[in-house]
Amino acid sequence: MARKPKLAVWKFASCDGCQLSLLDCEDELLTVADRVEIAYFLEASRAVVKGPYDLSLVEGSITTPHDAKRIRQIRRMSRYLVAIGACATTGGIQALRNFKDVREFVQRVYARPEYIETLEHSTPIAAHVSVDFELQGCPVNKYQLLEVIAAFLHGRRPNIPTHSVCMECKRRGVVCVMVARGIPCLGPVTQAGCNALCPAYHRGCFGCFGPKETPNTASLSARWLEMGVPREDLVRAFRGFTGYAEAFRKESMSHETADHQG
Amino acid sequence: MKRRTIKVDYLARVEGEGALYIRMKDGQVTDVKLKIYEPPRFFEAFMRGRKYTEAPDITARICGICPVAYQMSASQAMEAILGIRVEGPLRDLRHLLYLGEWIESHMLHVYMLHAPDFLGYQSAIEMARDHPEVVQRGLQLKKYGNEIVAVVGGREVHPINVRVGGFYRVPTREELQSLVDKLKWGRDAALETVRWVASFDFPDFEMDYEFVALRHPEEYAILEGRILSNKGLDIAVHEYDDHFEEIHVPYSNALHSRIRGRGSYLVGPMARFNLNFDRLSPLAQEAAREVGLLPPCRNPFQSIIVRSIETLHAFDVALRLVENYDMPDSPVVEAEPRAGTGYGATEAPRGLLYHRYTIDDQGIILDAKIVPPTSQNQKAIEEDLWHFVPQNLDLPEDELVWRCEQAIRNYDPCISCATHFLKLHIERE
Ligand code: SF4
Repeated sequence: MARKPKLAVWKFASCDGCQLSLLDCEDELLTVADRVEIAYFLEASRAVVKGPYDLSLVEGSITTPHDAKRIRQIRRMSRYLVAIGACATTGGIQALRNFKDVREFVQRVYARPEYIETLEHSTPIAAHVSVDFELQGCPVNKYQLLEVIAAFLHGRRPNIPTHSVCMECKRRGVVCVMVARGIPCLGPVTQAGCNALCPAYHRGCFGCFGPKETPNTASLSARWLEMGVPREDLVRAFRGFTGYAEAFRKESMSHETADHQG
Repeated sequence: MKRRTIKVDYLARVEGEGALYIRMKDGQVTDVKLKIYEPPRFFEAFMRGRKYTEAPDITARICGICPVAYQMSASQAMEAILGIRVEGPLRDLRHLLYLGEWIESHMLHVYMLHAPDFLGYQSAIEMARDHPEVVQRGLQLKKYGNEIVAVVGGREVHPINVRVGGFYRVPTREELQSLVDKLKWGRDAALETVRWVASFDFPDFEMDYEFVALRHPEEYAILEGRILSNKGLDIAVHEYDDHFEEIHVPYSNALHSRIRGRGSYLVGPMARFNLNFDRLSPLAQEAAREVGLLPPCRNPFQSIIVRSIETLHAFDVALRLVENYDMPDSPVVEAEPRAGTGYGATEAPRGLLYHRYTIDDQGIILDAKIVPPTSQNQKAIEEDLWHFVPQNLDLPEDELVWRCEQAIRNYDPCISCATHFLKLHIERE
């Protein structure tokens, strides 16, 4: 019998929520464990099997010099490497530090700064090594995660839609919260994957799945401003859990500049 | 002279990344360090300048295992500033949501992270080969906890439905009714779990802890209460900072908490059980009596039984809340922001979770402080090891290492939580 493919799960700066999604696959977990060798998954097991690994799932962003080194080692040991979640694909909520004026971070920022090692920025995995696939979401959708694992184990591309949350609203029959309730929503520029969760709860999307492919952020911003959303709130909205993703970062920064000028 | 060191570079089956270092000389322990090297994420620093309405969602990201706890403590602190109270069915829904998180978190720990230690397996997946029905039962229990969170909160990890003042949308009676049969099954299975874990072998080990937990006049405190201890502490939540302090130690990215003038203390299931036994549901009390576990319980290894008893309590109370639910007219108590400082403390699965915020009259956060349970327990964990290791020096090396890991896992430490904060003090010339 062919040997089972080896799966590894790695963690960087994160909340553990994305890897927990794997343990939250209560109905599928034991089947997955049957098909693959769980070679490295510290949250679940003490047993550690040496690399190389067929598939590495990486959660979290890079925020320390040590982690920047560690991710390169992991890349070398992994046939495929998939970044999972907003932290790993965009730098995550901790990337909010990237927007602070670095001049403010004068030498003695901590009670005991000499104890702490940290990089100035929180960056996604792809800023350090090549990544075979990025699965977005804060947290990832567990069914999409299972799809990604299955796809890589069978050597095919994962089937993950890149359209907007709006499409999911239509499919689910959720009435548009912007049109019907006047609630500002990031759905038009955010990638699907949550099944239009927030709109279904009468709440505007807050972008936790990150930008969709080619989002028209400028037109959405114009719409929000027309609706009377203050510019600072607009900046904060784009600067959330995926705020350092390029499209969202540029959008929030463009309004900040406008703010300073005006 | 014989020197010996125990090193575990990556602690497994804990949430987050930590390491353990113990040094011994001539059979005496000379150093114990629980090192938390999970990188700091600076939540308290970047919360400044955000809106008060964002605190529940942002702080949820400190921990994917107990996001509801963060949402609850944050919401309550903000509500205290706004001068509103969330009561009646809205409060019941919060209670229900939180119980769902307790179930999910406790069952993850009991079945997947902790039980394998007692039965000699590396993981629950390995354990499932010999005990498939048991592991299936654990997964099912955990799944039902997750379903409660999903029905009320929208999804399991980082629910989207919680806001300051209540919810975005409240479930209908029918939506909640869909849980009834599952909760009944869960209640029975939780009782089985109590019996199962009570049959494990427990090391003979006790410590004289100071237990700290919330206490509520009627409920087994989870959403609110006064902060009590078995050694005389009895304070309101807003007095927390007068009685507790945090120390920055060189080897850990998490601050250590202690009671001013006294030292270490313990929060979490054992503390709640010992201080609030009389508030557990009658069914849970009966189960505790049946397996012979009554307060005071001072053996940290038995925390696995306490978690199981709390899970039984959670299913029992959840069922009552679901059966008595009447859909409220409005999902939220609305209020305008005003300047002030507010405090919130709730019982996360791992223990007391304290939040403090100061906001301005526009609702912008000026200052934030968050003290999660794991940083409060760090000193107690180290003290356990100072005493546990000398009593077990005759064990073979691998077994001693494993036992030490288990002693840490007794606390279900959530290292992601413990390192979220490390405050940035920005000094300007
Ligand atoms: S992306 Fe969100 S859920 Fe996933 S690890 Fe990061 S903070 Fe947690």
